[in-house]
Amino acid sequence: MIPFFLSIVLLAVGVYAIACKRNLIKVVIGVMIADYAVNLFLILMGYRTGAGGAPIRTAAADTAEKFAAASVDPLPQALILTSIVIGLGMTALMAALAIRLHEKYGTFDVAEMKKLQG
Amino acid sequence: MDHTLPLLVAIPLGVGFLMPLLEKLREPEWLIDLLATLAGVVVLGLSLGLVGVEQAAYWMGGWDATKGVLGIELRCDGLTRLMLVTIGMVALVAIVFSLRYMRRYTAKGFYFCLFFLMVAGMNGAVLAGDLFNFYVFLEVAAISSYALVAFGCESEELEASFKYLVLGGLASTFVLFGIGILYNLTGTLNMAQIRAAMPKLTDPQSPNLALYVAAGFFVMGLGLKAAMVPFHAWLPDAHPSAPAPISAMLSGVLIKALGVYALARMFFSVLGPSTEYATVLMTLGALSMLGGVLLAVGQWDFKRLLAYHSISQMGYVVLALGIGAAVLARGGSKAVAGLALFGGLFHLFNHAAFKSLLFLCSGATEYATGTRQLKELGGLAHKMPVTSGCCRVASLSIAGVPPFNGFWSKLIIIVAAVQAGYPWLAALATLVAFLTLVSFVKVQRYVIAGELPSRLAAVREVPASMCVAMVALAVVCLGVGLLAPFLMAPHVGFLDQAADAVLRGVEGTAAVALGGVSP
Repeated sequence: MIPFFLSIVLLAVGVYAIACKRNLIKVVIGVMIADYAVNLFLILMGYRTGAGGAPIRTAAADTAEKFAAASVDPLPQALILTSIVIGLGMTALMAALAIRLHEKYGTFDVAEMKKLQG
Repeated sequence: MDHTLPLLVAIPLGVGFLMPLLEKLREPEWLIDLLATLAGVVVLGLSLGLVGVEQAAYWMGGWDATKGVLGIELRCDGLTRLMLVTIGMVALVAIVFSLRYMRRYTAKGFYFCLFFLMVAGMNGAVLAGDLFNFYVFLEVAAISSYALVAFGCESEELEASFKYLVLGGLASTFVLFGIGILYNLTGTLNMAQIRAAMPKLTDPQSPNLALYVAAGFFVMGLGLKAAMVPFHAWLPDAHPSAPAPISAMLSGVLIKALGVYALARMFFSVLGPSTEYATVLMTLGALSMLGGVLLAVGQWDFKRLLAYHSISQMGYVVLALGIGAAVLARGGSKAVAGLALFGGLFHLFNHAAFKSLLFLCSGATEYATGTRQLKELGGLAHKMPVTSGCCRVASLSIAGVPPFNGFWSKLIIIVAAVQAGYPWLAALATLVAFLTLVSFVKVQRYVIAGELPSRLAAVREVPASMCVAMVALAVVCLGVGLLAPFLMAPHVGFLDQAADAVLRGVEGTAAVALGGVSP
């Protein structure tokens, strides 16, 4: 159970950075940390203690039960590949916006960007 | 197998990626316009073509989970169909409006690229039959909407987009966490299979606490996407900053497809209604309804005022869903729950029509006068008769004046609240309807009526294509309102089927995934 809670703690670190940091780049890093917390969580779910094998059916594991006991769950691994790519797209867009904001305001400080009325 | 379903995602996706190519090749503008309009018509046509189909399913790559172990499913029931038609309708109108409006910006090809990616993402999200694909399509739609909010590249737009992006990204992370927990509990991602596994997890003797953690993540994530109070902070910045047709898309369908639809799907068809979830939904709905309208009354920026009203009107829909869930959870009358759900979904459709129209009107006003401050406008009734007329129709609809469409759906929600035993919520809904009316009387007073400022003496009506788009939505608002008594007759309209699909999703019999539908 402890690794699961640690991934939740990582999520909390990300949320803290998003909520409390004034520097745009630190906010971007916060979103990335939250993103990686969920990736870590998904990959942990697929792990089975004592089963170290790749999910390939071999002669030794010929029935479904043996196969399930000997291998890790491949589905979450497929999921996080997609999730990493989505995270990359989002980070790229965030970085692009941060650069444009820096061009407009000459600073990365959120507190100095106040063109919007509350 | 219904082969229309993947086309609803594939066509906008293909057209979307063709657009930057046309832009790069410096093709004439009319080609981009023509392609965009055609694609909009085809998507709406395909969605309308599904209206007669009871249920449909499509297994991606031919991996059929009813025959094999796992598969990726696109499926269409009444609720999906309602969303598809709503998305198709608003998208087509927004495209027609964009043809002239977007000339003020550069790179129309890139604009339509993002636009169609957003449509593909929304269509995919409502069609997805498994949770992870729902998440992927949600991200496709959301990321293109972040970019579209920043399309003008002014300081305000970049700032709004960044705020929207950070909160939206966090919301997606929460949703994925919830999906991960559900997968861990049930070993499947298919919505119908998770629903089938749910009774074991919700056993009253030993309730599974992890389930409530997952539900909490979904409420936070999807509540952020739907901009429910207290998760609403991004919406009043993001929606007004986008170009007007995009504001119409964001308020008209995006918050519904990614937020409200997802909440309905998750809490009725996947997790199953319970008293706790119902209380959460009703609280969020009531808070949004009241909070949104109170913040809107004091606004002087036309689009910002409309954005706050979106929060308030979405509150009505979520409140209706909550009432339906509460009645079902305590084993109450199916008819009352059905009425509440019907009212909520009817209001969802109506809101898509009148709020999109209002945003288009604000766009047209801005196009002609160059401002969206209510105090700088006035007396446009004679200068811009079409825009003013459409704005009147939409304002009357959102304020709930009979016989316009907003009146009927609000009436049904209020009646359902009384019948379900929540007279206070009914009173609150009536109060909010009154405050909405007050707020839109202000809009009418400052934009259409009053003195024409001398600065605006040379204002002219907007180009014909923009007028056509607005008139089309105005006809929908009035038409649905006049025909409402017929639409409400049981078992005729596709609205009724939508409410029915939600009800049946609760019983777990809408199990297309479990082999309910033959190819």
